[in-house]
Amino acid sequence: MAGFLTRTRGRGRLDLTDWLAWGYLILGTLLMLGPVLWLAASSFKTEAALQEYPPTLLPLATRTVAVEGYDEPLPLYTVTAGEYEGRALAQVRRIGLVAQMVDPEAPEAQIDVNIADRVPLREVAVATENYTELFSRFDFLRYFWNSTFITVVATILTVLFNSMAAFALSKYRFHGRTVVFLLIISTLMIPPTVNLVPIFLVVSQLGLVNSPWGVIWPAIATPTGVFLLRQYMLTIPDDLLDAARMDHASEWRVYWRIVLPLSAPAIAVLVIFSMMWRWNEFLWPLIVLNRAEEFTLQLALNSFQGELQTAWSSLLAMTVLTLLPITLVFLFLQRYITQGIAQSGVK
Amino acid sequence: MTALARLGGRLYAAAFDVAERPMRALQRLVGVPGIAWVFLAPNLAAFSLFTFVPLILNAVYATTGGDAILLWERPQVGAANFASLLDCASYLDPNTCQRDLFWRAVHNTGWFVLLQVGFMIVAALLTALILNKDLPLRGFFRAVFFYPVLLSPVVVALIWKWILQRNGVLNAGLEGAGFGTVNWLIEADWAFFWVVFVSIWAHMGFYVLILLAGLQAIPGEVYEAAEMDGASKGRVFARITLPLLAPTMVVVIVLSLIRAVQAFDEIYVLTGGGPGSATTMLLQYIYDTGFATRPRLFGLAAAASILMAGVLFALTLIQLRVTRGRAEA
Repeated sequence: MAGFLTRTRGRGRLDLTDWLAWGYLILGTLLMLGPVLWLAASSFKTEAALQEYPPTLLPLATRTVAVEGYDEPLPLYTVTAGEYEGRALAQVRRIGLVAQMVDPEAPEAQIDVNIADRVPLREVAVATENYTELFSRFDFLRYFWNSTFITVVATILTVLFNSMAAFALSKYRFHGRTVVFLLIISTLMIPPTVNLVPIFLVVSQLGLVNSPWGVIWPAIATPTGVFLLRQYMLTIPDDLLDAARMDHASEWRVYWRIVLPLSAPAIAVLVIFSMMWRWNEFLWPLIVLNRAEEFTLQLALNSFQGELQTAWSSLLAMTVLTLLPITLVFLFLQRYITQGIAQSGVK
Repeated sequence: MTALARLGGRLYAAAFDVAERPMRALQRLVGVPGIAWVFLAPNLAAFSLFTFVPLILNAVYATTGGDAILLWERPQVGAANFASLLDCASYLDPNTCQRDLFWRAVHNTGWFVLLQVGFMIVAALLTALILNKDLPLRGFFRAVFFYPVLLSPVVVALIWKWILQRNGVLNAGLEGAGFGTVNWLIEADWAFFWVVFVSIWAHMGFYVLILLAGLQAIPGEVYEAAEMDGASKGRVFARITLPLLAPTMVVVIVLSLIRAVQAFDEIYVLTGGGPGSATTMLLQYIYDTGFATRPRLFGLAAAASILMAGVLFALTLIQLRVTRGRAEA
C-alpha cells in the first residue's frame, strides 16, 4: 500500500513538492467529503443523541431498561463512586444534584446517587427510524414524486424541443436561420434570474402557479441545449441524410431514425445536465409552488429547516435521501459528466 | 436492464409512429426547407413565451407601480422605480439611500463577488495544478473535488448548517482544542465569512475541471524544451504555464463573476440573508421585493433586476470578446 501511494510513475523518489501535493490533496479530500460524511453519519443518530454536546462520532444512545412499576423505559447508568460503585442502576428522575435511581432487579428500594458519581451506559444504536419516519410521518414520497416528475418530464421535453430546433438549424438552409440562431444564442447573456417578474406573469396567466408545469415550461427552451446539440449535429455528414431521402424517407424519419441516434453522445450530456439542473432547482420552484403538497424535495427541505423547532433527525435523513440519487448518478457516470463539462464549459 | 432497454426502444418507436403521419402531411404542405420551421416551432414557442416576451415585459414592469400582477391594472410611474433605487446621498453608505436595503444588498454582493471569486480562483488554480501532476489516484481526487458541484444548494446549505450550528461539530472541536465557541451564523462578520466559504466549497470543483482541461491542452513539448534549457520550476510556471493558461483563466474568471453576481440559493437557505441584512444579496433583494414580502412590489423588483442585468450583460460581452479572440488566435 505504501509502495503504491509513494509511486511517482517513473521519476524515482518523492521530492518536496510531491509531499506538499499529497498533503494538499489529503486535506482537500477531508474538507470536501468530511462534511457530507458527517451529515450521513449524523442521520443515523437518535434525536437525543443529536442533542448531545460534544457530539460523538458513532451513533450512541443511552441504554434503557424496562423496570417494573414504571411506564416508560428508564435510562441505565453505571455508578462510579460510593457505596454502589460498579453497579448498573436505572435513573427514575433527577432532582438538583441528586439522581434518584433504582436497581432494575429490585425496583422497590430507591437509591440516591450524586449526579457526578454516575455515567450513562452507552451502546451503538442506529436510528433507522429517522428514515422510516420520513415515509410514515412526513410526505416524503409525495415530495420525491414531485421532484421526479418535474425532472423526468422536463428533461424529455428539453431534449425533444432542443434537438428538433438544433436539427432545423444545422441541417436546413432557409431564410432567417442565422437570425433565429443568434436570437437563441443571445439569450445566453440573459439568465432567467433577470426576468423573474414577467415570467411569473406568464406562468400565472397560464394558470400554472402551484402546478409542476409552471416549473417545467419556463426552462425548456435552453439556449445551452440548442447550441450543444447543433454543434454536434453539424459534424454528422449530410450524405447520410440524402441517402435516406433517396429511399423516400420523410424528414421526420430522417430526424428521428438517423440524426437523433447519431447525436446520442451530445444528447447524453444534455440529459445528465438537465436532470441535475431540474433536481437541484430552487429559486423558480420557490416562486411558483406555494402549496406544501406541490413542493419538490428541495422546497420541502427548505421549509422544514425554516421551522422553529427543527427536528434535525428527520431533516438529516431527508437531506441524505435527497443527495443520494445525484451521488449514485455521479458514481456511475462520473467520466461522462466531467468530460461533458470540460468540453462544453456548461454547468 | 435489458427489459428496460427493450421498453425504451419500443417507446421510442411508438413516439416515431405517433408523429410520423402528421409530420409527413406537414412536409407535403410546406415543402422541405419549410419543414425546418415546423421543427423549430416548439422550441421557438417556448422560447418566445418564457424568454423573449418576458424580456420586453420586464422593461414595462419597471416603469409601473402598485402590487397588481396584471400589467393593465398597473399605474404608469415612468422612471420612479429607478429613481427611488438610485436615490442616495452617498452610494458608499446604504443608510443614506431611500432604498437602503437595496444598497446594502449591492454592497454585500460587491464584497461577496470580490472575495468569493478571488479566493476561489486561487484555490481552483492551485488544485488544478496539483491534479495535473502525475500522481496516482488522480482520477479519485478529481472526482472528490468535483463532487460538491453536483449537490443541490439546499443540501449544501444544510450540510454546513449542521456543522456550524451552536452545538455543532465545529464548536465542539474548537472547545476540545481549548478555544472558545462562536455563534457562527448569528454574528454578522462570521456569517459573511461562511457564506463566502460555503459558496467556494460548493462551486470550486467546476472551475478546477475547466482549468485542468486548459492545463492539459498545453503541449508537453513546450515543457520539455524548457527543461532542456534548465529553466527553474518557478520560471516555467511564470513564463509558460500562466501565459498559456491565460485565455482559460479569463473564461473562468468571467463565468464565476457572472455566477457570483446572481448568488442566492445556498446563502438564502444557510442564513436567510441574515443576521439582519448582513448576507442579503442582490438576487435575494429582488426575490424578497417581488415575491416574498407583501405588498409585492413587482415594479421595483423588475427595475432592480434590470440593473443587475446591466452588470451581467457587460460581463458577458467581455467573455465573448475574449473567447472570440481565443478562437481566432
